[in-house]
Amino acid sequence: MGAAASAACPVVYPPGLRRTARDIAVLTRRNLRHTVRLPGVLLLSLVMPVVFILMFTAVFGGAVEAALPPAAAGKYVNWLVPGLLAQFALFGGAGTAAGLADDLAKGSIDRFRSLPMTRVAVLAGRTLSDLCRSALTLMLMAVVGFAIGFRWQTDLLGMLAGTGVALAFGYAWSWVMAVVGLLVRTAEAVQAAVYIVVFPLGFTSAVFVPTQTMPTWLQPFATHQPVTVTANAVRGLILGPGALPAGQTVAGQVGLTLLWATAITAACVPLAVRAYRRTVT
Amino acid sequence: MGEPIIEVDGLVKTFRGGMRALDGLTLRVPAGVIYALLGPNGAGKTTLIRVLATLLPFDQGTACVAGVDVGRDPAAVRALIGLAGQYAAVDDYLTGRENVEMVGLLYGLTRREARRRTYEVLDRIGLVDAADRPVRTYSGGMRRRLDLAASLVGRPAVIFLDEPTTGVDPASRRELWALIRELVGAGTTVLLTTQYLEEADRLADRIAVIDHGRLVCEGTGDQLKDQVGAAVVELSVPDIDRARTLAALTDAGADPHGRDSGAVVVPAPLGARSLHRVLRELEAAGIAPETIGLRKPTLDEVFLTLTGHATGTPVLSAKAA
Repeated sequence: MGAAASAACPVVYPPGLRRTARDIAVLTRRNLRHTVRLPGVLLLSLVMPVVFILMFTAVFGGAVEAALPPAAAGKYVNWLVPGLLAQFALFGGAGTAAGLADDLAKGSIDRFRSLPMTRVAVLAGRTLSDLCRSALTLMLMAVVGFAIGFRWQTDLLGMLAGTGVALAFGYAWSWVMAVVGLLVRTAEAVQAAVYIVVFPLGFTSAVFVPTQTMPTWLQPFATHQPVTVTANAVRGLILGPGALPAGQTVAGQVGLTLLWATAITAACVPLAVRAYRRTVT
Repeated sequence: MGEPIIEVDGLVKTFRGGMRALDGLTLRVPAGVIYALLGPNGAGKTTLIRVLATLLPFDQGTACVAGVDVGRDPAAVRALIGLAGQYAAVDDYLTGRENVEMVGLLYGLTRREARRRTYEVLDRIGLVDAADRPVRTYSGGMRRRLDLAASLVGRPAVIFLDEPTTGVDPASRRELWALIRELVGAGTTVLLTTQYLEEADRLADRIAVIDHGRLVCEGTGDQLKDQVGAAVVELSVPDIDRARTLAALTDAGADPHGRDSGAVVVPAPLGARSLHRVLRELEAAGIAPETIGLRKPTLDEVFLTLTGHATGTPVLSAKAA
């Protein structure tokens, strides 16, 4: 090796679309390897959604069933599971922030930034691997829900489409959390950000109860915020149009969810890339 | 000595809060050498490495690596460099092989080429046997070597090593030195930072002493030593006479340096005549040294003398820093 060998080094530059896709694939695989090789962490991350399904079915079931639309077939678990699919797609973003903060702390981001690779690859690789993890979480939730009596009221296709819409929203949200992770930089601060932003957003929504049951000052926000829109879209696809508040259509809610997802992604990808380029540790 | 492969001119970097980490630094690193940046914590060494590795924007001046302007075309610079950081940035949950192969792919190598070169660098660095173990099972020295391997897989023209042996046991340090020296034999230029004077002295072809973001002086280890004179007088006195000794020698213009060990070191530009003069001054002050002798200066003393003079701060505080 030497100067001559360096010159002959087959580095593809500048990075085109193919190179970008490859860099993203390399980083996605790296993150998934982390996930698979830390089975304890993965299992722990699957405990919370399962506990939520079991706990809220038991706690709220009796009280709320009377307020549910007939599309829930009189069972709270039918109402709850589609909502929780939306909520845990949202919670998946916490992993994005934590993962990036960890990569920053360990110096991995420094190395990546010094390599002739596509700038967006570290972020896209992170969000995509988290999407895979969310897909696994949502699948498990469906199985656990099924075991305690959840049944989709449309068909399997509706169930899959509902899960897909939840994941699309979750993916967009993970870009928000990518920005958060790059800005706050420590696991503790990520935790705080999750409690301050993600929990209120997840709970003041139609995930657990119809928003009409909430106080009037909260209703305008709770009814229109993106998690409610997503929960409605998922419910519409899984339980049928009867599960939606009067005046809403399944297609309308799905369209609105995808619009939210697109807008959030479009706003946050440039912000995240900017934060990534400016990480000065 | 080849053409300069790194050219830094009047580089200024001010951090938020006004800390001027680089204060008009100018430097030439010839191709194919091991070049050490030597200085205390906060001297600006790491900042310079981070600027050259395109990790940090700078405020003024220019920096070129292999003829490419770091400010104007950072993306092209990245294809030419390798970086191994202060905290070995290797992935704990990947194997050694996966770590290096990933970096190879991110350099834009084909999968086949990345695999081939990964084997090659792991072999060179003595990690083939451990290649398929997760990195979390590696020792500190092995992690550093793996980090080095990862920085080499793209066959960079220049590699930056930020404190490559900090926190490594002495045996691993010698191993790393041997590896780094081999790199240069193979044509790579190495720019490293170190706080260890011995490391700079034994490893580097040329040394730049940096303090407060400025170049204090530059040259081979021997050239630097010549700057403080060919020899020093080292003496010891009872503790109660120490302050008086320093004062007496300072008054005589001898520029003594007190050491934590209790020894007092005085530059001896005139060799034996300087020794004689020190003895005379001590006698005049009524101080009897317990031991006294003439010896070659260490790089440590060179460093303290140079940074002390250049910055106008007392030499003792430079030692403490």
